[in-house]
Amino acid sequence: MTDVLEKPLTPAPSAPAPPTVGAPASAPRERARGPVATLLRRPGILVAVALVLFALVAAITPALLATHDPTATAPLERLLPPSPAHWFGTDELGRDLYSRVVHGSTLTIAATALAVGLALVSGLALGILSGFIGGGTDAVIMRIVDVLLAIPGLLLALAIVTALGFGTLPVAIAVGVGIIPGFARTTRAEVLRVKTLPYVEAARAGGASWTRILLTHVLPNSWGPVVVLAVLDFGAAILAVAALSFLGFGAAPPAAEWGTLISNGRNYLMTAPWVSLVPGLFVAAVVLSLNHLAKSIEEVQR
Amino acid sequence: MTRYVLGRIGQAALVLWAAYTATFAILYLLPSDPVALQLGANNIEVDSLTPEQREAAAARLGLDRPVWEQYLVMLGNALRGDFGVSFAKQVPVSDLLAQRLPGTVTLSVVAVALALVLGVAIAFTATLVPRGAVASLLRRLPAVGVSVPNFWIALLLIQIFAFILGWLPSMGDQGWQSYVLPAITMAIPTSAVLAQVLIRSFDDTLDEPYIATARAKGLTRYDVQVRHAFRNAALPTLTILGLLVGSTVTGSIVVETVFSRNGIGRLAQESVLQQDIPVVQAIVVLAAAAFVVVNLIVDLLYPLLDPRIAHTPKVSRA
Repeated sequence: MTDVLEKPLTPAPSAPAPPTVGAPASAPRERARGPVATLLRRPGILVAVALVLFALVAAITPALLATHDPTATAPLERLLPPSPAHWFGTDELGRDLYSRVVHGSTLTIAATALAVGLALVSGLALGILSGFIGGGTDAVIMRIVDVLLAIPGLLLALAIVTALGFGTLPVAIAVGVGIIPGFARTTRAEVLRVKTLPYVEAARAGGASWTRILLTHVLPNSWGPVVVLAVLDFGAAILAVAALSFLGFGAAPPAAEWGTLISNGRNYLMTAPWVSLVPGLFVAAVVLSLNHLAKSIEEVQR
Repeated sequence: MTRYVLGRIGQAALVLWAAYTATFAILYLLPSDPVALQLGANNIEVDSLTPEQREAAAARLGLDRPVWEQYLVMLGNALRGDFGVSFAKQVPVSDLLAQRLPGTVTLSVVAVALALVLGVAIAFTATLVPRGAVASLLRRLPAVGVSVPNFWIALLLIQIFAFILGWLPSMGDQGWQSYVLPAITMAIPTSAVLAQVLIRSFDDTLDEPYIATARAKGLTRYDVQVRHAFRNAALPTLTILGLLVGSTVTGSIVVETVFSRNGIGRLAQESVLQQDIPVVQAIVVLAAAAFVVVNLIVDLLYPLLDPRIAHTPKVSRA
């Protein structure tokens, strides 16, 4: 769908291939021009990759990208609009917002990675158990998944946060549990599909144990769509983590989380709108990039 | 047909019961301490109590009984509409809900209606206009809609329409004007999801032979889409209607907090901050009930709209 949409807004730069896109995208059909090259011909992808890489680097080594100390207050530089000195402006204590956003990546991305990781592992396990064993186990697991789906995600997360308390870790767990059902269902569907393929039957006839078949045949062949789902859900999970910390359930005040930053700016919306709006724009751009990448990977895989 | 209807109703009731049980398990079995939370909400220092005082408090709250007994008592009460007493506010939860519900329901209905109109309009126009700049812009719009945090949309709308233009109020719930910005905020992510599904569905439907026939008869593209494609293309979106209502309703948590509206969503946010377990549980169950009921209605309407379904009972929703 997107190929017709991608009108080159800027002349496609011929940048060297960033290694990150190549790993999940593997389409054996396009041998002449690899999937990575195909993707890189689209400028939208490059921008998206750049933004996601930026967020990842910011999360891992924030000091590398930050221009100021995120906690250094400067009473004379309160609520300055964005400028060359302060790219995103400053907040009510004169702290540099750009640096706070960069440092905020650490907590937010960590929480998101934890949430998606939790959902991926439990979802894979549940999906495999369900699809592979079948019968009563399958019925029980799938009914539990149905019930989890019946509770809107954010509310389920709120219930978990109420029970576990506030902070980055409870928020991560709460968001993660909410997205387990999707992973479990996708994995189960894939396992059911792969299980009936001739090579599994062949392996079985060859005397391989079920464990061996599971690990060497079923698992490697069924996690493709699950990985796409993980990338796709990463964006949604960032939004959920940000929403929970926006509502005040995240890390305690001095720490910077994306949602908390946006929430703090609410009090100065009338006089200094950038305090909320610029970090929010950044979050939106990162999530949009992630979703765009996930969609492109999905297209290439097909 | 009767069997189908009864089956669906039974299944809905079962899911609702399971949702109640799941929230009970989360809220009462996870390592939180309801007794401490309850006493803490009343400004009683839990640590200063003697073990005897603590036990007396637990007995008074019914929290000293075995978990399964607490569960059965609560489930029985919940079935009669009694969700206990709020820890923080010391009023029956059902009174709180009844007081806060109307505003949220009105807002949600407006938002869902707006989301339907917006989503259908975007999908319809995106597939109608010839491929080009406008079409590609419209097709890309939903992806943006699902990526933008709703609290950020809310703040942006407040900034533009309340502060810069001064057209609409930024908070409170006085008059119809106060519904506009919250409803738009809640509708945007929902309409984006709807538009995504509907665009895909339109694309598939427009490839069908009967569309070519209609075109060959001399109908305009517009007429073909309105008269022939729309009904078929809209069917898949019906299955996600429950999901859309669910996402709109959860949107109310953030939206009511940002716009300072006194509804269920804001109550949810406050109750989580105060770790007010009974209120949180009641709200989660209420939302699950809304979701289950919408799905039930969709399931019951489906055979009427798509006769192919009537004799093959659907196992679960997509």
